[in-house]
Amino acid sequence: MSLTQLNATELARSLRAREVSAREVVDAFLSRIESEDAHYKSFLTVDAEGARRDADAAQALLDNGKGGPLTGVPVALKDNISTNGLRTTCASKILDTYVPPFDAHVVERLHAAGCPVLGKTNLDEFAMGASCENSAYFPSRNPWDTDLVPGGSSGGSAAAVSAELAPLSLGSDTGGSIRQPASLCGIVGFKPTYGRVSRYGLVAFGSSLDQIGPMGRNVEDTALLAEAISGHDAMDSTSLPNAAISAAEVKQGTLKGKKFALPKELFADEIDAGVRECVELAIETLTREGAQFQEVSLPSIAYGVTTYYIIAPAEASSNLARFDGIRFGPRLEGEGHIGNVAETRGKLFGPEVKLRIMVGTYALSAGYYDAYYLRAQQVRALMAAEFEQSFQEFDAVLSPTSPVVAFPIGGLVDDPMQLKLIDFCTIPANMGGFPSISLPCGLSNDLPVGMLLTGPVMGDEKLLQTAYSVERGLGRDYRRPPIL
Amino acid sequence: MGWMSISLDEARHVAKLARIELDGAELMSFQGKLNALLGHFEDIQHLDVAGVMPKPHAVSLSNVFADDVPGACLPREVTLALSAETKAGLHIVPTIIED
Repeated sequence: MSLTQLNATELARSLRAREVSAREVVDAFLSRIESEDAHYKSFLTVDAEGARRDADAAQALLDNGKGGPLTGVPVALKDNISTNGLRTTCASKILDTYVPPFDAHVVERLHAAGCPVLGKTNLDEFAMGASCENSAYFPSRNPWDTDLVPGGSSGGSAAAVSAELAPLSLGSDTGGSIRQPASLCGIVGFKPTYGRVSRYGLVAFGSSLDQIGPMGRNVEDTALLAEAISGHDAMDSTSLPNAAISAAEVKQGTLKGKKFALPKELFADEIDAGVRECVELAIETLTREGAQFQEVSLPSIAYGVTTYYIIAPAEASSNLARFDGIRFGPRLEGEGHIGNVAETRGKLFGPEVKLRIMVGTYALSAGYYDAYYLRAQQVRALMAAEFEQSFQEFDAVLSPTSPVVAFPIGGLVDDPMQLKLIDFCTIPANMGGFPSISLPCGLSNDLPVGMLLTGPVMGDEKLLQTAYSVERGLGRDYRRPPIL
Repeated sequence: MGWMSISLDEARHVAKLARIELDGAELMSFQGKLNALLGHFEDIQHLDVAGVMPKPHAVSLSNVFADDVPGACLPREVTLALSAETKAGLHIVPTIIED
């Protein structure tokens, strides 16, 4: 078995046992990226030199007995996470030449943990999209079928892990952008509680919703990466005081007596029949293992997509005002100062980004604020309260992650509302700041289906433990894409 | 189409507020897409939210204070390397106050 087939936990064990060196591990992944990524287009930038330098630093930690649970295990980063000296584009032409002068907090944490950074992965421009087709550079491809999308916006990060180009990756999740591509690529994706992972250095999209999180081949790997990147950070004013996530007890849970709420709104007609059957089959298996399920109604879910498509663009229209051709990236000439700014933004932002900035500008403008933005925040409060009520009685809310399996590249471009509905199941967790994890639960039409578990704020450890029990309860080993 | 559908002139005004230059075809396309979205947004107009406190953030925190201690600044050459235009160790930016 080649090194790149090993998962993060196995790699870490081999590294600690000196069966393999950190350089050998990094070189194995770099070599696989070099030979195979042309099929998947998951990376925008590969940093071979930096990854080897990181590997040597990791080896020094291991040699001095200072290694941690993931020392020497490489990670790929979504290209909206700032990396000192390494181009960070957000898959946008407006940041084509941007090289950050600082590391995001999560990157500092990865360096401290001894995790080499392999490079930067593709995304929908500024994380706005659900298919990775909105990248200004190229669409990424799903390793299960390269004619299909990997999902998005963290599509490159999901494809890289699924195609074994990286054992672990980081994504960011504003309405489902970690969990949905994880589901479509057959891997695990975790959005921690808002505030447990610092957003310092994450290029902001919807600041009240954005959260960085880990992606891996299984729950244990994902939990270990969550542990490595979480913790309080004074540079993020929304960082929680007790932010650190512990993976120590991730394997200690049991399914016996665990209670799951099944919102009927997330098993309704919007969900593809094959996806629903797959999740229902998994629920039957878990019932035999001692878990308990009960149908509930969380009626505000029906308004999640609308609420999201008001709040996120409103915040984006403010956050993306900084891209004006003066402080970052190239500058185009227009008529006068405002003309320069408008020309730069008009030509260098892609269509989806421009549309969302305009939606947000409209929703925040005088006369419409109350009807749209304020009302959306009230609906957000209702939705969060309904979930919080469920958590009084249940360990987690369970549903499909995505209403559909991976779809053809270009297949939904002409139907933008359909593409937006893909976040239907994942949006509520962002609205309430809840931890939420997608894990593979079977196949429909030979393509991966993800199961979504959402827990209460600060319930990350318990949720990861539950997810681990579910993974074990479903009783299948990690399933590789057939192409591998 | 939603009850608050917007005209081409209004779409042009929104683009101006957003500081985004669009050509005629793009503007028409965005007007259509904006109106389609506004139509979908109508669903929340019928919800009873009287008395519901808006939730502006995922997890609410009260004021966060930090000590006022000077820290290290980025070196000048590092920030200059980010600039679209520089001259004699300075950032060159467009004139923003015109005659």
